[in-house]
Amino acid sequence: MMVLDRMNTATTSAQRRLIFAHLTVAFAALFIGTFFGVLQTLSHANAIQMPPWFDYYRMLTAHGVLLALVFTTFFITGLSHLAVYQTESYPHRSIALGWLGFWLMTLGTVMATFEILAGNASVLYTFYAPLKASPWFYIGAALLIVGTWFALLEWLFITGLWRREHPGERTPLPAFMVLANYIMWFLATIGVAIEVVFMLIPWAFGWVPGVDVLLTRMLFWYFGHPLVYFWLLGAYLVWYGVMPAILKVPIFSDSLTRLAFILFIILSLPVGIHHEFSDPGIADRWKLLQTGLTLMVVVPSLMTAFALFGTFEEYAAKLGKTGFFGIVGSLPWGDPAFAGIALAMLLFIFGGIGGILNASYTLDSTIHNTMWVVGHFHITVGGPVALTLLAATWRLLPALTGKRLFSVGLARAQVWLWFVGMAVMSFAMHAEGLMGAPRRVEHYTYGGSAIAAAWQPYSLLAAGGGIVIFLSVIAFAIVLFGTIFSRPDVTETESARAFTFALARPGDEAPSAFDRLGLWTLVAIALVIVAYAGPFYQHFSEHVYLVPGMRTW
Amino acid sequence: MHIHRLEKIFLGLGVITLAAFFLILIALQVGESFKPPASSMTIDPTKVASTAPFDRPGLRKLPNGSYEAYYVGQVFFWRPSTLTVPLGAKVRFYVTSTDVVHGFLIEHTDVNLEVMPGWVSTATHVFRHSGDHLIVCDQYCGAGHADMFAHIVVK
Repeated sequence: MMVLDRMNTATTSAQRRLIFAHLTVAFAALFIGTFFGVLQTLSHANAIQMPPWFDYYRMLTAHGVLLALVFTTFFITGLSHLAVYQTESYPHRSIALGWLGFWLMTLGTVMATFEILAGNASVLYTFYAPLKASPWFYIGAALLIVGTWFALLEWLFITGLWRREHPGERTPLPAFMVLANYIMWFLATIGVAIEVVFMLIPWAFGWVPGVDVLLTRMLFWYFGHPLVYFWLLGAYLVWYGVMPAILKVPIFSDSLTRLAFILFIILSLPVGIHHEFSDPGIADRWKLLQTGLTLMVVVPSLMTAFALFGTFEEYAAKLGKTGFFGIVGSLPWGDPAFAGIALAMLLFIFGGIGGILNASYTLDSTIHNTMWVVGHFHITVGGPVALTLLAATWRLLPALTGKRLFSVGLARAQVWLWFVGMAVMSFAMHAEGLMGAPRRVEHYTYGGSAIAAAWQPYSLLAAGGGIVIFLSVIAFAIVLFGTIFSRPDVTETESARAFTFALARPGDEAPSAFDRLGLWTLVAIALVIVAYAGPFYQHFSEHVYLVPGMRTW
Repeated sequence: MHIHRLEKIFLGLGVITLAAFFLILIALQVGESFKPPASSMTIDPTKVASTAPFDRPGLRKLPNGSYEAYYVGQVFFWRPSTLTVPLGAKVRFYVTSTDVVHGFLIEHTDVNLEVMPGWVSTATHVFRHSGDHLIVCDQYCGAGHADMFAHIVVK
């Protein structure tokens, strides 16, 4: 086995096949999902009207599921496989678990997507009961989620082997980040798994007459907010682990990186009720409690911002540049992977600020369920997360295929187009939302209302942003397929060096408590109990009506 | 573990700012000046049409001079579709649904409620300006979601 340095080992072709399989599904979801996305911006701006046989809401459901759930989950799982294989270097037959997970996820995705496109599940990606979709949609969603558990099982197994052979050493940081993210994710998915398997599937088949609507929402958002940190930590794996390697500087601080991820394990989970500020049936004191916890989860992102600026400063110092403009000017903007990831970080500053606003229910009452929220998650998952993953592809592709990028110039254009398009679209959506435009509507005339007419210029601006994003996707597809179908032209060593993880500074070793994931998992569970015992106790002590539900599309 | 001095200052300022945001919310809640909607009233969603006062949605005046407005949402309209409210009236809204989840947003106000079958959502608003207020459904409820709206006329 080829060893590159004391952190990175070349992956085997069997491992690369599994990773590439994940990316293949992710890219298929990206292409279909963004195509629907641009059609939606045009429909929303009243520029086109979708035909009845392919209506707006089935397209909107497909867009949300394919991009927010399928693209992200497959890409991050594939990337996480790479991080574990490359830094713990155990080619092992446990890869069968990874494949089992992949096929379950793929089967679930195909089932759910088929039902959506057939018009049997126009329930959007939050699938709020009692909108009643086909049971096969819910089964597909459950398989997509359960599949990821097998990937985690494989990494726990490999890490166990690694630890046995490296007593007293800290788990390699990339593997640690992956485990932290997927342990948090596993705890979160238990909520949605209970919702789907024990409540929605029996109800959709007609085995039970009704469903407890508020309970499904509480379980969904117990999962739904940690879901966004799952996306974010996928991007953070690249920001903390790969960005310093691109700049050839050590990790800013191994200890603080682990601390940030530990804080995410603990604080990502007990915050879901901030999505339910406007729901009845949850007392204001529980809403206040989870607001406080939500504000705390900002802290690890502040730590991340500091560490990344520190990394840039260290890179610039090697070139003898100092000062803000000296540092920014010295960075390798010509490298599409660097440029895309750096632009993604820039977008996250705005996403983070918006998130703090949303977390306060005083402000939430103004923008709840408006286009502001749509703008917010496009400048978080659509900007920072998706752009990081797409930019990382410009290094992953050579690493996985042994081929040079088809066009570096076009890859560079791709990341800038995505950045500009997403910034413009998201700004327009935020503005529209502040003016009162509700989210999730195919058009708005409201009987010729003057209020609604005032939203129109911003809808058109959002559609302009949507078109620029779609141009970025076309550029992405050209470079992707151009690279895949060209002949190999880099050596195996060169290819393996294309995507590596950064090393810690000599002497920078985290305290051993920071490596005890089991302990932090228990702390996370304890905090979930603190945050949710009250709301659940309140819920089960009230007389709640079960609702039969219906198909309203 | 080494933490840079500047990082301590940076994180300290961040934590103080976040704590200040949280203290403001605590003060607003303790001082009863702003609370999120948190009604715990329930209603049998299959019997809304025969449950008073939702059997006759609309406005009623209380002895103390304030008002209560009862709204029913169902695919894809609100009842009442038009409500006339006196200028300066303080109105407590009670909103429920007979079928799926709807959203009750009175444009350009803080009244913004998730409306769930089986539950009654509540919010209060004082109408200080005369004219027409648009109410939209701001939670996806099905094919006709975009056409679900109503009006409040303040005069």
